[in-house]
Amino acid sequence: MAVAAAAGAGGELRLLGTWSSPWVIRVRVALGLKGLSYEYLEEDLASKSDLLLRSNPVHGKVPVLLHGGRPVCESLVILEYADEAWPGVGPPLLPSDPYDRATARFWAAYVNDTFLPAFRALFRSLTEEQRAAAFENAVPKVEALDRALAECSKGKPFFGGDAVGLVDVALGSHLVWIRAVNEVAGTNLLDGARFPGLAAWAERFLAVDAVREVVPDAGKVLEQYKGFRAKWIAAAGSTSKST
Amino acid sequence: MAGEKKGLQLLDFWVSPFGQRCRIALSEKGLPYEYLEQDLGNKSELLLRSNPVHKKIPVLLHDGRPVCESLIIVQYIDEAFPGKDGKPALLPADPYARAQARFWADYVDKKLYDCGTRLWKLKGEAQQQARKEMLEILRTLDGALGDGKFFGGEAFGFADVAIAPFTAWFLTYERHGEFSVEEECPRLVAWAKRCGERESVAKNLTPPEKVYEFICGMKKRFGIE
Repeated sequence: MAVAAAAGAGGELRLLGTWSSPWVIRVRVALGLKGLSYEYLEEDLASKSDLLLRSNPVHGKVPVLLHGGRPVCESLVILEYADEAWPGVGPPLLPSDPYDRATARFWAAYVNDTFLPAFRALFRSLTEEQRAAAFENAVPKVEALDRALAECSKGKPFFGGDAVGLVDVALGSHLVWIRAVNEVAGTNLLDGARFPGLAAWAERFLAVDAVREVVPDAGKVLEQYKGFRAKWIAAAGSTSKST
Repeated sequence: MAGEKKGLQLLDFWVSPFGQRCRIALSEKGLPYEYLEQDLGNKSELLLRSNPVHKKIPVLLHDGRPVCESLIIVQYIDEAFPGKDGKPALLPADPYARAQARFWADYVDKKLYDCGTRLWKLKGEAQQQARKEMLEILRTLDGALGDGKFFGGEAFGFADVAIAPFTAWFLTYERHGEFSVEEECPRLVAWAKRCGERESVAKNLTPPEKVYEFICGMKKRFGIE
């Protein structure tokens, strides 16, 4: 496997990220699937590095992939870039047929623009009322993704078919956070009884080597989430019961 | 299959800048298509069947199969009809240039339309905030363009297709924000003029005064002064 050679083609790779960001995990999974080696640089978002601010002046966010010093920003843009800059290195994240590519892009965009905002409301909810409303709003989005899995996979293990694809990475990278939120909120967003297809897919995705190697420890994510909530609760001056 | 007809059909709404992205792309590629104006207050069976997830325009039907989301449609047009009649690709060949084009198209999607909506819908402090953000967005685009002819450099491409329809909205933003895009972002205005010289853009953009009229109509409906 031409790992070093692949990374060398066009220059060295560096990834600016934070250890628990699901958007950073997306990129790490993709680079791992392609067997590309890179230097990982942990950012402190409370005190962003000059390199980050220079590399992503528009958004100032992670992930940023630097290839031969040139920055690529926005996780889905980076994923498509990885496919195109290293063609033939590992299985492609996107299929070759134009209609199938449009379908994959549609569901990746759905994850970003429809599912994640709904999940974020659950993630940020502090009271029982907010939780209930957010959960109710998020379930139809999970239903849509469960149907999408059936359509896209056509009985194969992943949205991408036999191999992990764009949609698998886009959604799967958030699983560790979905589980943390479920635990704290007492909800079951990817209910195995209700969504057996999606639940089984989640297990398969998390078992993939390139994924296992980069997904952060569930306990640490849970701890970080509890820390965030404690801060939000203190800020809101909330008196409601919460974990 | 959602529809039954062979060839290309576009489900669209006359003033939609998102729909216009698709019209520009189809025109750039010299692709004939059937334009089907949609009544968004009373959505057609065809639209609801073709885009059950979002129920929105634009939707491109290719031999009855639907493609949804404007930027996804533009990429589909580029990939399904490569080098048709010798027409150039909308996305450049170089992977890094493609990433830059996708980044700027995504930036406009994330920022421009929503900020514009807040600018014409809201009043007082909230409108001032929207005005501030709009100026920042336009200046960022002006900076990204730099001294380039188009966002992609020498050739009109994907990012230009993504952003050009919003130039018809500059007048509406100016009147609600009380600023001049030309004064704040001269390069962006020069770029808008260059785009407007292309047939694909000229024949598919709504005249700015008509966009303004449309927004005034929307405001009346929402009971906004």
